[in-house]
Amino acid sequence: MRVPMPRESDPARETAERIARESYGKLVAFLAARMRDVAEAEDALSDAFAAGLTDWGRNGVPKNPEGWLITAARRRMVDAYRSRRTAADSVIHLQLMHEELTETAFRDLPMPDERLSLMFACAHPAIERSIRAPLILQTVLGFDAATIASAFLISPATMSQRLVRAKSKIKEAGIPFRVPEREEIGERLESVLDAIYTTFSEGWTDAAGTDVKRRDLAEEGIWLGRLLVQAMPNEPEALGLLALMLYAEGRRGARRDEHGDYVPLSAQDPAQWDNAMIDEAEELLSRASGMGTTGRYQLEAAVQSAHVVRRASGRSDWTAIAAIYDALFAITGSPVVAINRAVAIAEARGPTEALYALDELSGEDCLADYEPYWAARAGLLARIGEVALADEAYERAIGLESDPAVRKFLEKRRADLRKAISPH
Amino acid sequence: MKYMLLIYGNESAILSAGKAETEQRMAAYGAYVEAMKKAGVLLGADRLRPTSSASTVRVVDGKTKVLDGPYAETKEQLGGYFIIEAPDLDAALSWAARCPGASHGTIEVRPIWAM
Repeated sequence: MRVPMPRESDPARETAERIARESYGKLVAFLAARMRDVAEAEDALSDAFAAGLTDWGRNGVPKNPEGWLITAARRRMVDAYRSRRTAADSVIHLQLMHEELTETAFRDLPMPDERLSLMFACAHPAIERSIRAPLILQTVLGFDAATIASAFLISPATMSQRLVRAKSKIKEAGIPFRVPEREEIGERLESVLDAIYTTFSEGWTDAAGTDVKRRDLAEEGIWLGRLLVQAMPNEPEALGLLALMLYAEGRRGARRDEHGDYVPLSAQDPAQWDNAMIDEAEELLSRASGMGTTGRYQLEAAVQSAHVVRRASGRSDWTAIAAIYDALFAITGSPVVAINRAVAIAEARGPTEALYALDELSGEDCLADYEPYWAARAGLLARIGEVALADEAYERAIGLESDPAVRKFLEKRRADLRKAISPH
Repeated sequence: MKYMLLIYGNESAILSAGKAETEQRMAAYGAYVEAMKKAGVLLGADRLRPTSSASTVRVVDGKTKVLDGPYAETKEQLGGYFIIEAPDLDAALSWAARCPGASHGTIEVRPIWAM
């Protein structure tokens, strides 16, 4: 949601910005659910925000600005349907009219939260798979097409075109806004989990927490995860995902030292972890594992769990971690998982065996520009004394890293390596 | 909303099927139509004659061109359709899944423009 340039201390603008940040998806979901028309709801809402800025600036911010926006957006939708009335639209029109008449009654009640239904509409099998997560990011969290495009490495024009197409599919095909029944949930749940995790990761990668919008994304991801768990308390992968996010979030602060420098997991001080969050994650994961079906998110959470045993024992359970990565690799076949597996093997059984595991991957094209592969390789080569090769791998990792704190960390490792061979 | 369920299937397999198999198919369609009627969703349906009876027409530069055969040569051919009233796509999809043709061929589900 884009709100124009801020001026100094402007309560109307501050309120609009806060609502755009906190409640955008809730408002869109609420407006879109009945009409099954996401695009129309977004247009109406953006007009309502514009009207709100003018009106609130002049007459003061209303007591319930969200209600004000809903009313304004609804009115605009009524006008839109009125002006191009077809048989189908007139049903919707009547419904809107009816709601307009009764809305004074519900205006002060909390607005029903239909974000979950909206998410499942976006993740419907009739929507092309690759656009489901972007669609959720846009409609539920209000990301603009350009931001989503950069996260998914697609040109902004293509991304916005595909988002528009997906929204008109929802409307024209009559995709319902509801949480699917148990027997049809499989594929749909997977897309929803994917989108939530993508959201969370976008926020979590900003470790320094300098970018407010991105930091909120991690919280937003956790929030969506909680929403899902609340709606589906018996879905082990939903529990697994929430656990995974809480484990990660619980360590957020410990990923930087007091100078803002990167601290790898192995060097983190468990005293700086958020125990409440980690305990909640442990509880969720143990509930999930009692349900019998395992999956990607539970396994990833289990890795985290094997790391946090350090709180008690002082050491991560690397043998367990390596075994979990074996299972994860069997499910996903992902080279990213394979790299993590190699790192775990290094800790459990030594660097030589880990390098063999990495060598098995060396044919993968996508690794040529994948920083963690080179960083892991560099670390392992350094440990077995292959200084020249390690130096080369560090150089590649540094050249590929975009986070300045991690880059600095890698540069230091590389410098230490050089010092070790030429102490003068 | 109104949806059309377009039934695509391997026509030659259907035409060359034995008597028992054909009877079984007709009975299955009969039960399906009955269920749709009872649920109050059926608005219309037709079975089409084979594509060998099809002709295509095109007017090019004011000249009418008629060709023998269906619009496109495909592995599965349009054999009939149902028009149903359903509250949303999921309801339409579950009716499509129940269609006997879905187990042999493909049912395309298309929303119909409201006039």
